Amino acid sequence: MAKIGVVTFPGSLDDQDALRAIKLTGGEPVSLWHASDSLQGVDAVILPGGFSYGDYLRCGAIARFSPVMAEVIRAAGKGLPVLGICNGFQVLCEAHLLPGALIRSDRRTFYCKDQQLRVESTDTVWTNAFAKDQEINIVLKHGEGNFQADDETLRRLEGEGRVVFRYLVENPNGSRNGIAGITNETGNVVGLMPHPEHNVDPLVSPTLDGVGFFESVYRFVNAKTPPSGTCPTPSSPDSPSSPSSSCALVAGPNGGAPATNAQDDGIGKPQDDGAQKVQGE
Amino acid sequence: MADTVENAKNTPDTEQPWAELGLKEDEYQAIKGILGRRPTGAELAMYSVMWSEHCSYKSSKVHLARFGQLEKTTPRGPLLAGIGEQAGVVDVGNGWAVTFKVESHNHPSYVEPYQGAATGVGGIVRDILAMGARPIASMDSLRFGRLDAPDTARVLPGIVAGVGGYGNCLGLPNIGGEVVFDDSYYGNPLVNALSVGVLRHEDLHLAFAKGVGNKVILYGARTGGDGIGGASVLASETFDADGPAKRPSVQVGDPFMEKLLIECTLELFEADVIDGIQDLGAAGISCATSELASAGDGGMHVDLDLVPLRDSTLSPEEILMSESQERMACVVKPENLDRFFEICAKWDVLATVIGEVTDGDHLVIDWHGETIVDVDPATVAHQGPVYNRPLAYPHWQDELNASTSADLVRPQNGDELAAALMRIAASPNQCDKSWVTDQYDRYVRGNSVLAQPQDSGMLRIDEETGLGIALAMDCNSRFAYLDPYVGAQLALCEAYRNVAVTGAQPVAVTDCLNFGSPEDPEVMWQFSQAVDGLIEGCKALGTPVTGGNVSFYNRTGDVNILPTPLIGMLGVIDNVADRVKSGYAAADDVILELGNTNEDIDGSAWASVMYDQLGGRPPAPNFAAEEALGKALVALAKAHLASSAHDLSDGGLAIALAESSILSGLGAKVKLEGDPFVALFSETPARALLTCSPAALEEVSSVLASHGVPFAAIGQVADTNELEVEGQFTIGLESLTSSWKQTIPATLGVGV
Repeated sequence: MAKIGVVTFPGSLDDQDALRAIKLTGGEPVSLWHASDSLQGVDAVILPGGFSYGDYLRCGAIARFSPVMAEVIRAAGKGLPVLGICNGFQVLCEAHLLPGALIRSDRRTFYCKDQQLRVESTDTVWTNAFAKDQEINIVLKHGEGNFQADDETLRRLEGEGRVVFRYLVENPNGSRNGIAGITNETGNVVGLMPHPEHNVDPLVSPTLDGVGFFESVYRFVNAKTPPSGTCPTPSSPDSPSSPSSSCALVAGPNGGAPATNAQDDGIGKPQDDGAQKVQGE
Repeated sequence: MADTVENAKNTPDTEQPWAELGLKEDEYQAIKGILGRRPTGAELAMYSVMWSEHCSYKSSKVHLARFGQLEKTTPRGPLLAGIGEQAGVVDVGNGWAVTFKVESHNHPSYVEPYQGAATGVGGIVRDILAMGARPIASMDSLRFGRLDAPDTARVLPGIVAGVGGYGNCLGLPNIGGEVVFDDSYYGNPLVNALSVGVLRHEDLHLAFAKGVGNKVILYGARTGGDGIGGASVLASETFDADGPAKRPSVQVGDPFMEKLLIECTLELFEADVIDGIQDLGAAGISCATSELASAGDGGMHVDLDLVPLRDSTLSPEEILMSESQERMACVVKPENLDRFFEICAKWDVLATVIGEVTDGDHLVIDWHGETIVDVDPATVAHQGPVYNRPLAYPHWQDELNASTSADLVRPQNGDELAAALMRIAASPNQCDKSWVTDQYDRYVRGNSVLAQPQDSGMLRIDEETGLGIALAMDCNSRFAYLDPYVGAQLALCEAYRNVAVTGAQPVAVTDCLNFGSPEDPEVMWQFSQAVDGLIEGCKALGTPVTGGNVSFYNRTGDVNILPTPLIGMLGVIDNVADRVKSGYAAADDVILELGNTNEDIDGSAWASVMYDQLGGRPPAPNFAAEEALGKALVALAKAHLASSAHDLSDGGLAIALAESSILSGLGAKVKLEGDPFVALFSETPARALLTCSPAALEEVSSVLASHGVPFAAIGQVADTNELEVEGQFTIGLESLTSSWKQTIPATLGVGV
């Protein structure tokens, strides 16, 4: 079972929700503490929503320097899947694991709504279970989610297919190009403002469209641990990096070729043709 | 040099600023009588805040005592804690208990809307925390002057941002409440914040200091100069239009510190290292030390020099009176100190031993080695003045009740009925409130089964069994103005019904009694009537009042607010999967109207919106009908027979039909018996709209009949874009929805 860590910073709020979502979708949730430098051998890390350290400076600016982040940054560089949700996205930008910045929303108020999104890229660890251009509806709630980047960065993000989610119907915060989420060059680090952990439970979620995020990372993690046991286990604490691409190949759900933009370490999407079509009530 | 006890004894004739601190002459003399000398400056500060209206309930005490006659039991069993504790605690089954309370923060929210509202949320959350509970949600009932009044554009966005800014940052979902507009709240908005928490029975903590040698610890934020005299100066006096700005008396909140305080305190409870605990709210250290000490079995000694300060120039009097937020006080056994400080360090929460429990019976406070307070703490905390203020039947009451709405010209045809419906639906009190509620996080913690705009908020408490609770906050202050006795009962009935339509069993009440100046005998009459009405209503419905709050002096110049006895109702549902929503579920479902409709037009939304008229008699409450309806609704939900249910209240059937369509996007076709105007706009209580599948109709009918609930099948949900009242009018849902939605954004704009 994939072990997914969720970091609790002082002021994290949706950490319990992320842990619950992992449990509900069939993963093994592991609580990580900001002051510890151990990732406890997890297969992936989620930086949850909230107001880390109160976010009185810039959102995520202090959290980025916590001991656990040093480890997250190191492991992410070696291919560990990392998902930043809302405040987590802000932390990832502050940590320079993702480009750009999130500033105060143009409406200048906190805004909580069910937001329509388009999945622009399925070539990431966190979106490979979706179909390209799939429209999903995910809970959004923030006051500072206005994604900004310089023209050159924006051109690169768009050109390299690293815009992962785009707002549909309404741009809720003034983000450039309607960008709701982006990924790094290797597709293992994804940040987005909406909250997929709130879209997994039929009783309290407006839709179940968040399930695909978790399915995606489980596919990726499971693809790295073929039954033969010939590949390194991803849970060894000091080597969270991915196994060789041949291992990923062997274990891919369809036994297909590695994903198109998968580079070193075999990060990318396992071949996918079964998009999640989960609907809420 | 501080004014020591020694000094006070030697200088009996020193002039003291008792009037400036809000005390009356006879109160000052009473303090001297208790002490047998003049109070020190520090003692005077303590008595002045603790004997303020806000803290001592001196004008309401004689009336609130009457709540004592209510049974201390809910339909789910005995209360675990009731009135007098920081919040009531209700047994909800399976070993779970729920604590909930509503509190006002009206006056600070007018002076400084953002911080006033924010710290209102923070204060009530700490009350819940101090009971040993994890706070799990907030709700807010907000009242403003007219939507288009100039100052509303300052007060409303600030208050809403404050409620959201603080609550969102604490990670507490805001699941409902009210937003109401009326001229009388102009210059005196109401911010009534409710917090609810959950705990296991065995984790209940109460506020007392016992065990000689146990340490008194102050933890959380440092003490600063904010909020000095907030309770005595702000909340206990009428605003004077040309008086000085009172901004320094408003506290400033730090929700991040409060979030740490919550997590830290819950871990302290879990480690079982706290013997007694109290939050610091109104009256700060004065309140916490005197209440903890008077409830315990000994005295208390405090070294005030040890209190960590944000501002080193504060005088001892200011330290005692400061209402700096995010602080808690507790009593800890010496052997538990190490573990206590370890947990505080983990959460970066500053904790300081400031004193200990002694074997005396006095609260003694030292400053620089000299004693500046030496009092019997009960005289500070509980033996404040009690006023039996004069009551007077309002001189205008008979005339008000005589000027009924019967003479107002009513709609004469279908077009006029449709026009009235459209106008009421788009009126500020009935329109879409998402401009407000979209600024609140309703999803965090992942247990919000229902939230606004549903009739109640509903939370899952136990993921294993699905056990949950529902909460509604209601008050129709127009009815309360026409008759405060009946108005309080109607507020109770509406909250009861709003809980029941979701499928939860109403079990217990918290109240927030907002009134004008208690020095006005006519206001005191309104207050006394409301208390009596509420007591009789609670007896009839079997729902005890578990605690609450009184807010007086809600008056600007010589205008008192409409009496506003706000009711918060707690319901319990065995399995939240049984919950029923208010929007229609499917086309072809049968629409039933439950309950009898009388001609109740006085005080209605129709009279208000169409004629700006308020007079006559409010509808008569019918507790037997209300209870039967509630039981039937719960039974139908449990059997999964109801596909939707919606309370009928403001705006009557017309608004219920409009809302059920707007929320679902489904049309409806109904046929009305009798006078269509009365059928649509009367506001008779004990009614609800319910839908069920055609196949379930027979079973639904028999459940309703067995509970003695009158009902009529009035039409069907339709897969059209129209609300049709046969023979009268057809309204397009698109225009209905857009006019319902645009009212607040059109006035306040987006992104102000």
